[in-house]
Amino acid sequence: MNRFDYVRAGSVAEAVAASAAPGAAYLAAGTNLLDLMKGGLATPATLVDITRIPGLSSIESLPDGSTRIGALVRNSDLAHDAGFAARYPAVAEALLSGASAQLRNAATTAGNLMQRTRCPYFYDPASACNKREAGAGCAAIGGETRLHAVLGFSEACIAVHPSDLCVPLAALDAAVEIEGPKGTRTVPLTEFHRLPGDAPERDTVLEPGELIVAVRLPPEAAGFSAHARYLKIRERTSYAFALVSAAAMLRLDGGRIGAARLALGGVALKPWRARGAEDLLAGREPDATAFREAAEAALEGAHASGEANAFKIELARRVVTRALQRALAGTPERVPALPASPFADAPASRRALPQAFPQAGATAHV
Amino acid sequence: MSERVRHGAAIGADLTRLDGPDKVTGAARYAADFRFDGLLHAVMAVSGIARGRVTGLDVTAAEAHPGVVRVMTPANAPKLAQSPDAKDGPFAFKLDLLQDDGVRYANQPVAVVIAETLEAATEGARLLAPRYAAEDVRVGLDGEPFVPEAVGPGAPTRAGYGDVAAGLSAAHTRIEATYETAAQYHNALEPHAAVASWEGDHLTLYTPSQALAMATGRIAALFGIPPGNIHIVCHYLGGGFGSKALVTPPQFLGIMAARLVGRPVKLVTRREQMFGPVGHRAATRQTLKLGAEADGTLTAWDHHTLTQTSRYDDFIEPSGIISRNLYASPALASTHEAVRVDIATPIFMRAPGEASGSVAIESALDELAAELNLDPLELRLRNYAEVEPVSKKPFSSKALRDCYARGAERFGWASRPKAPRQMRNADGLLVGWGMGTATYPASMFQAEARAVIRADGSALVETAQHDMGQGAWTSLAQIAADGLGLPLDSVTLSIGHNRLPNGGLAGGSTATATAGTALHTAGQAAIAALAELAVNDPASPLYGAGNAGVVSAGGRLARRDDSSRSESFSEILARAGRDSVEARGTGASDPAAKKAYAMHAHGAVFAEVLVDPDLGQIRVSRLVGAFAAGRIVNPRLVRSQYYGGMIWGVSFALHEHAAMDARTGRFLNNNLAEYHLPVNADIPTMEAILVPEEDPHVNPLGIKGVGEIGITGTAGAIANAVWHATGVRVRDIPITLDKVLG
Amino acid sequence: MSIPITLTVNGSAREIHLDDPRVTLLDLLRERLDLTGTKKGCDRGQCGACTVLVDGRRVNACLALAVSLDGAEILTIEGLARGGELHPVQAAFLAHDGFQCGFCTPGQIMSAVGLIREGWAGSDHERVREAMSGNICRCGAYQGITEAVLAAQETMKAEDAA
Repeated sequence: MNRFDYVRAGSVAEAVAASAAPGAAYLAAGTNLLDLMKGGLATPATLVDITRIPGLSSIESLPDGSTRIGALVRNSDLAHDAGFAARYPAVAEALLSGASAQLRNAATTAGNLMQRTRCPYFYDPASACNKREAGAGCAAIGGETRLHAVLGFSEACIAVHPSDLCVPLAALDAAVEIEGPKGTRTVPLTEFHRLPGDAPERDTVLEPGELIVAVRLPPEAAGFSAHARYLKIRERTSYAFALVSAAAMLRLDGGRIGAARLALGGVALKPWRARGAEDLLAGREPDATAFREAAEAALEGAHASGEANAFKIELARRVVTRALQRALAGTPERVPALPASPFADAPASRRALPQAFPQAGATAHV
Repeated sequence: MSERVRHGAAIGADLTRLDGPDKVTGAARYAADFRFDGLLHAVMAVSGIARGRVTGLDVTAAEAHPGVVRVMTPANAPKLAQSPDAKDGPFAFKLDLLQDDGVRYANQPVAVVIAETLEAATEGARLLAPRYAAEDVRVGLDGEPFVPEAVGPGAPTRAGYGDVAAGLSAAHTRIEATYETAAQYHNALEPHAAVASWEGDHLTLYTPSQALAMATGRIAALFGIPPGNIHIVCHYLGGGFGSKALVTPPQFLGIMAARLVGRPVKLVTRREQMFGPVGHRAATRQTLKLGAEADGTLTAWDHHTLTQTSRYDDFIEPSGIISRNLYASPALASTHEAVRVDIATPIFMRAPGEASGSVAIESALDELAAELNLDPLELRLRNYAEVEPVSKKPFSSKALRDCYARGAERFGWASRPKAPRQMRNADGLLVGWGMGTATYPASMFQAEARAVIRADGSALVETAQHDMGQGAWTSLAQIAADGLGLPLDSVTLSIGHNRLPNGGLAGGSTATATAGTALHTAGQAAIAALAELAVNDPASPLYGAGNAGVVSAGGRLARRDDSSRSESFSEILARAGRDSVEARGTGASDPAAKKAYAMHAHGAVFAEVLVDPDLGQIRVSRLVGAFAAGRIVNPRLVRSQYYGGMIWGVSFALHEHAAMDARTGRFLNNNLAEYHLPVNADIPTMEAILVPEEDPHVNPLGIKGVGEIGITGTAGAIANAVWHATGVRVRDIPITLDKVLG
Repeated sequence: MSIPITLTVNGSAREIHLDDPRVTLLDLLRERLDLTGTKKGCDRGQCGACTVLVDGRRVNACLALAVSLDGAEILTIEGLARGGELHPVQAAFLAHDGFQCGFCTPGQIMSAVGLIREGWAGSDHERVREAMSGNICRCGAYQGITEAVLAAQETMKAEDAA
């Protein structure tokens, strides 16, 4: 870790002023930033500690029906806030499927938005990476690409964004409240993260000195609470980044889909909102055909960024289909024991103790 | 032989760990927890290329960083008394210790930064920003193979008998299948560390070691000092699994750094540096050709292993050895080849050879059973080896049939449909059942021990053994107590530093049997010395009984023919005017028994997996293992060893693989976020059944090792269960979800 | 440079002069306060061996800057037992053999203490397994760990009720 100056900000204004120092970075919990610094991937000259700024740690219900999540609200506090989880259950499920309990206890809402890719070539200082060093080249292309992007990538970068939280937030039209040297602005979450294009070194649209102060969910976001799920495919049952994930939400109108929301994770360098699929679902009967068509639409334009990741395209379609099926089945009363897992929906009693082993074999033949 | 064994209350007792209170309170100190006054911190810089030379290091930048004391590079590293590339035995591996600027694998240490604080040393290492002359790299298994001289630590490369080709051509059913297993890294939770202090030519060292005596010898040779000048302390290892059997480059570099700066130094390997310099299990490509009669009786068995080793040294993963021990076949071949690639030399990793070989042969048998439409367990029973196939020796004991029967019954195996993709659970997930046979040799190294019976009637027993989680502090004390005829709380066990009698090795599942035998014989000899005092003393109630006529129990010696005539240890010593009696004992295999018998532990593992039919994600939902391993010293600890091994089997089958860039030989998941080890949620409720087995030949205590067997059988059982669930046979291990997606 | 901070460590208020802002909570505990019970397994938030409670919540001490925690209350494995008597979680780990080598154990135990305080897993095995998945045990003691967490929770409930 490089040496740095440490500044503790007492207010947003102080923080923004302090960040004018060259090479300054904001420090919240540090669960990603310190990891990057330990790897030599981030070398800020000044750390502006924002954790003592009052007013950034609350979850507020605003009079217009929207919800404002302070930048410093911890992931676990947000997920376990009963009111919040009831209104935005897919957000809670996504949060609880991410990282570990320890990390969720520390990591903040804004920090989650700011986390950087887990591309192994980004993490390896000895490999070329355009994201780490503009113009250096991309060692991932032609390398080990099993986990890389199938949508929205460029010849400069094929990495994916690692966040779970951002996926349902994107689906729900969340907006990011930003304060900076030039004042305040609000950016839709779907426009907050940048696709790589020819400048993958910039993850987000934040300008120097800008600070996320809150994330807002609009009033209509709560309208999906009865049918909202997050599904995350990963290579261990817990404590793993998504291979592919999807947030699916439905508002049913009689026997039909009044409105649908859909976003994918693990497929692109940003949470991938699938508006085409949403439009296709609106007004349809919620059946297998509609869901499969939505899945096809969601992956429209997808192609492999390397031989080894072609499987992710069909996998993503199936994840979308299953997530929609789960959403249709209804939001469970409580986030399942294994949040967002394909193994989440079995009653716990059957998995708890193997006292009656042979029974599984007695179940239906296919 | 059982006549020689004392049946006290301690062996077999289901005790909690005697070292447990220290471990649950944080009081247990591991190497990196020690410090000396004036301690400096050292951090390695490691290579960003896999082959070539270091042409530049920015030593100036590093040394300019506040707190940095010195940078150790090939230019100033202490010269060693012996080349670190010297090979003077089967356990001597070449080491990279900054003696030149060459790079032979990614993450090879290229410099060490020594600083007043850990933060300064860490940043200093980053600032070195090495420059290289890189050479072309080759990794993977597709090279020009060679036939190694030996496999594992000294086993024959080829073995077999009979006409395999004829057996295959005469077979009713044949299968030929090639399985690949991935490179794996031990990743003990405790990184390799050295806390070293020199006083002249005397070294005090805190470092994790599975073999204190070997460690002492190698350090003495490399630094040119007498072994007696070296004091190594290792009360606890935070896991070893083979990676701490030999002293590794980071540990040597810590010692060298302390020598260079003339102050105590602590060097702790960073997690990402655990991939490379401290050993790994090599990738394998194994081809199995099996032939069988219609009823499943084998006609031929051919197991060929291709594996990798480094360009500069040899360790050959001995995957084929398991084929020599397990199933009866009229013709058998077990052969190995290897390719040389730009990786660090592989090394033994928990069940070396057996683990990687087991998953291949158990998968192949499952494929054969499916071809024959035979139950996989039935196929194994049809080919049950009554003698060890290659050596033709009888087994010293083999309760494998009982393991099959008890495991199958507990699991409910009998109701398994033969065809795949037949079972679903209520959520629509595919359910599959698979099984595999577990086996691991019951070997012994050599150990010595000392037992002292003291005036107060208590005893001190000591041997330089190692606790890396197997439970040495507890099980060895139990054995020693029974050997002396003392209650456990009257016995003080001393292990974990090198100024004790050579305790052998904690590896190869040998520690408890070997050091236990040494402690047992030392205790017996001490009792004999005590008895000698008593039976020759006319004032003793034991007078005239003769040594053989005396038994020890509960801290007293009594006449064998009249237990009412007895005397306490302390009374005997007091009257003899002695403070203590002491004796030494040794533990080693009996050459005659080893010549006459094949010695192995056995087991059977049954697994159930759930697989999402559309999404491919896999989860183990049940695991039952039944194991027979001779006498059980402590069932609680033994179960934990089996569970641990079985979880390694889960990890082998579904998780662990080191991803490496084929173009550069660099690691792509050298961290614990993406080098997946199972987490708690991956592990179902497990059962380990302790199948009774008496072995009168393996050693006087009848103990076989239990540390490694659990991984064998399990990985194959899970692979077979995945096939049974999905109908997809994945031969590329680990089985990740992309490989089962239809 | 010296940065003064105050921490309450295992119940004692400590005035600490940090020699370097880069010091993590983990390295502060281990290298400067000689509280070596908290272990460093990966130093990157990927293993859980360094789990401690900060203001009552379990976190990875390796990914927190000490300077940023000024004023916080820290509970480590050394502060858990009371007057030589094991905490119920420690006793349960011992009884259920929830460890082998012991290196991940302080982190597992602190994580379990944190989980029981959080209270959301209840007596559901599956929720406990999920909630303890931030603590890797390479020896494979998960069965005992899960049993120990559930048993300790029952003991603590009974003690609270008494």
